[in-house]
Amino acid sequence: MAQEKNIKTWKTDMTLLALVLLLVVFGLVMLFSTSEYNGRVRFHDSAYYFKKQLFATALGLLAMYVVSQMDYHFFVKLAPAAYLLAMVLSTAVLLFGQEINGSKRWLNLGPLSFQPSEFAKAAVILFLAWQIGRTKKSTTGFWFMCRTMLTLLPIVGLVGSNNLSTAIIILGIGVILIFISNPKYAQFIGLGAAGISFVAVFLAAESYRLERIAIWRNPEKYEKGFQTIQGLYAIGSGGLFGRGLGSSLQKLGFVPEAQNDMIFSIICEELGLVGASVLIIIFGLLLWRLCVIALHSRDLPGTLICAGIMGHMAIQVILNIAVVTNTIPNTGITLPFISYGGTSVVFLLGEMGLALSVSNHNQQISAYDRE
Amino acid sequence: MKKNMTFHRKKVWLVFLLCAAMMLGLVGRLIWLMGFRSDYYYEKAQDLHERERDIKAARGKILDAAGKVLADNKTVCTISVIHSQIKNPEKVISVLAKELSMDEEDIRKRVEKVSSIERIKTNVEKSVGDTIRNYGLEGVKVDEDYKRYYPYSTLASKVLGFTGADNQGIIGLEVKYEEVLKGTPGKILTTTDARGVEIDEIGESRVDPVAGDDLQISLDANIQEFAQQAAKKVMEEKQADRVSILLLNPQNGEIYACVNVPEFDLNHPFELNTDVDTTGMSQEEKQDLLNQMWRNPCLNDTYEPGSTFKIITMSAGLEEGVVSLDDRFYCPGYKVVDDRRIHCANRNGHGSQNFVEGAENSCNPVFIEVGLRLGVDNYYKYFQQFGLLKKTGIDLPGEAGTIMHKKENMGNVELATVSFGQSFQITPIQLATTVSSLINGGRRITPHFGVTVLSPDGTYAKKLEYPVEEGIVSEKTSETVRYILEKVVSEGSGRNAKIEGYSIGGKTATSQTLPRSANRYISSFIGFAPAENPQILGLCIIHDPQGVYYGGTVAAPVIRSIFENVLPYLGIEG
Repeated sequence: MAQEKNIKTWKTDMTLLALVLLLVVFGLVMLFSTSEYNGRVRFHDSAYYFKKQLFATALGLLAMYVVSQMDYHFFVKLAPAAYLLAMVLSTAVLLFGQEINGSKRWLNLGPLSFQPSEFAKAAVILFLAWQIGRTKKSTTGFWFMCRTMLTLLPIVGLVGSNNLSTAIIILGIGVILIFISNPKYAQFIGLGAAGISFVAVFLAAESYRLERIAIWRNPEKYEKGFQTIQGLYAIGSGGLFGRGLGSSLQKLGFVPEAQNDMIFSIICEELGLVGASVLIIIFGLLLWRLCVIALHSRDLPGTLICAGIMGHMAIQVILNIAVVTNTIPNTGITLPFISYGGTSVVFLLGEMGLALSVSNHNQQISAYDRE
Repeated sequence: MKKNMTFHRKKVWLVFLLCAAMMLGLVGRLIWLMGFRSDYYYEKAQDLHERERDIKAARGKILDAAGKVLADNKTVCTISVIHSQIKNPEKVISVLAKELSMDEEDIRKRVEKVSSIERIKTNVEKSVGDTIRNYGLEGVKVDEDYKRYYPYSTLASKVLGFTGADNQGIIGLEVKYEEVLKGTPGKILTTTDARGVEIDEIGESRVDPVAGDDLQISLDANIQEFAQQAAKKVMEEKQADRVSILLLNPQNGEIYACVNVPEFDLNHPFELNTDVDTTGMSQEEKQDLLNQMWRNPCLNDTYEPGSTFKIITMSAGLEEGVVSLDDRFYCPGYKVVDDRRIHCANRNGHGSQNFVEGAENSCNPVFIEVGLRLGVDNYYKYFQQFGLLKKTGIDLPGEAGTIMHKKENMGNVELATVSFGQSFQITPIQLATTVSSLINGGRRITPHFGVTVLSPDGTYAKKLEYPVEEGIVSEKTSETVRYILEKVVSEGSGRNAKIEGYSIGGKTATSQTLPRSANRYISSFIGFAPAENPQILGLCIIHDPQGVYYGGTVAAPVIRSIFENVLPYLGIEG
């Protein structure tokens, strides 16, 4: 092998690990701060949400450790099965799902509930890495692009039927991975244009989607702009240094479900512009580490996995903050590691484990490869 | 297994850089929201979090000339419910319904309404408020505040006026001096969560209320009380509709008493003072009756003054020099003006008389003659000069203006009738003010109640000032008028107002109200003392007395009985 000359034993990417742990701890602190009031009012337990999230985080850290110690090629091999499982689970949730806050997104497994759409995102990353990796033919053609997208459509359809935001994320991950695997640029400009016109038609087809645009332009005029406007009050009243950790007033029932999608607005209110910027920088560093691992990956599946994870993180962070700051129309997307949601944190940490596994096996001859 | 190509790496980088750029853009957006727009959103959020409760300011007292409190404050309670804090709604509803004697359904509606705070009842007696507080019901708030209280209840009701649910003046001095009396309400600002529950850790900020200033008025409770008794007595004796009495100082316009019986109870201003059966009346009709009751006829209503107005004709004639005390007149019982025969009150005629005797007899032809000698232009000139065309400027709301012929429409017939006080209308306060000005040496004074504005802590006292117009008649004319009017009381139609040891001036009037066919009369008398240097002027107007209706017989004795008591009380010597 050409690269065998400069073999260098890569250890676990400690920077990535440190960033993840920092985000996890920061997320738990902020989650406790934002959910304390809602927990107290609804369940007479200030730590109600915190405890559930803490349990999920512990589970997630365990998953991250286990995954990081395994060879990611093993997961790539499992990808088609995982993809099928994701489709089965997404179908199951449509049939037997538990409804929370008006959406059917959870499967009840005894005392635990499970959100298949979170699993679907991870499965899609692996599936695409597997599919692109095994394609014998060139990946430059337009046909390849279409075929790969088509294989995603079933899961996008299943997830999108009750969780549009996650479907958009899955589509986004797909587009990013296809973009990376294709050496050309021009056709993506065409794809982008097609995407924009598709979105326009999609929005115009249903008046309630256009209403979202109207609310976005002028949230104070619409009753449905309530959440947005409360978020803006929280963000704006944070100022430069914020009201101080735990001192948010907007979390006291003004921002609905402050521990969920809108948690970033409370971070702004409590920690100010400085705290919010630091958080964005941490996310940026995390993306940078994922990018570096992807660049150093010895083979294409490793690169695609890390790029997929990076894409997943980036889409969620950017869309979430853009929604909370009313930069784009409202859609429900959670902030990775920070927003409340057990399934989400478990799979995010699992994905981090995958990235760590890629970094562990960078430039190494893996068992899988020796065969 | 595929290998990485350079383009893969390039494209990963590109994706990362695009994401990083977008994140930078979001940081920019945050700088805009949290830096430049921070104040806007902070304020909006503050409005949302802060609940403001007004603290009523204590309203200024109204004091009489001697410092007696005529309008005071007493502590009452406001009962409200806070929806989110109610634990036992059924108990709250039943207790409040019982203690406040309100309809259960009314209370239920408010208790079950999802709002941060809902007012159940205001102006609840303190004892009832205390009882409710002692139940210790969660979510029920008993706030204390002030309610207006009038210790003399009916005394000068139409002058003082009363206040509404928010302690704002509704009629009378209470509304005229609203700005003086009301003070500045304070505020309690508390921070609450979305349910309206106060957040204790943050505490409350408080802006203390500033109490309103006190108002001292010229009205004297003792004089008012006495005049009110006298008015009531004559109203009952003569079965009259109503009686008005004005007592004022003709030198400066300070009003000592302003009586309009029947008065009403200021502590229950929404209860009618008559026994009218209001069942089956519409809300509007009831309100009309209340509005009627609240009127102050001394200044809100006009009337035909009749013979008391001869004082004005007399003054104009003397001032213009068209008549002198010794001019002789002959009264055959009527006077022909143009083609009209106008009768004297004495159909048999007063025969030959000089001007003073004509005044003593209140002889119409004499004053028609004086009016005709003046002519329309001159008469109108004096009418205006004496201030009769404009309002007196009394410090009470709703003063009515004079209803008078237009000059161009006035012929000799109109001039003749105006000369003895008919065919036009003025308010009682206008008559009293004009006569005061004619007998005080020609200074047109502004009748008023308000004398001093006092700060509640006694740090300042501001004397109120009123305009005076000098020289509406000469001192000489004024003196002559006083002389003639003294003669009217000492030897003429006003003799029933005579008081031993005092020189009294005055003029009677008996006017028939419109329509003349109804045979309804207004008997009145205007008198002043001492005649040479008037210190007090009284006007008594009796509407529709039964039986004898001559002003000299019915109204003059009322002023006499008041003067008999008030002159010594005020230390005025004959």
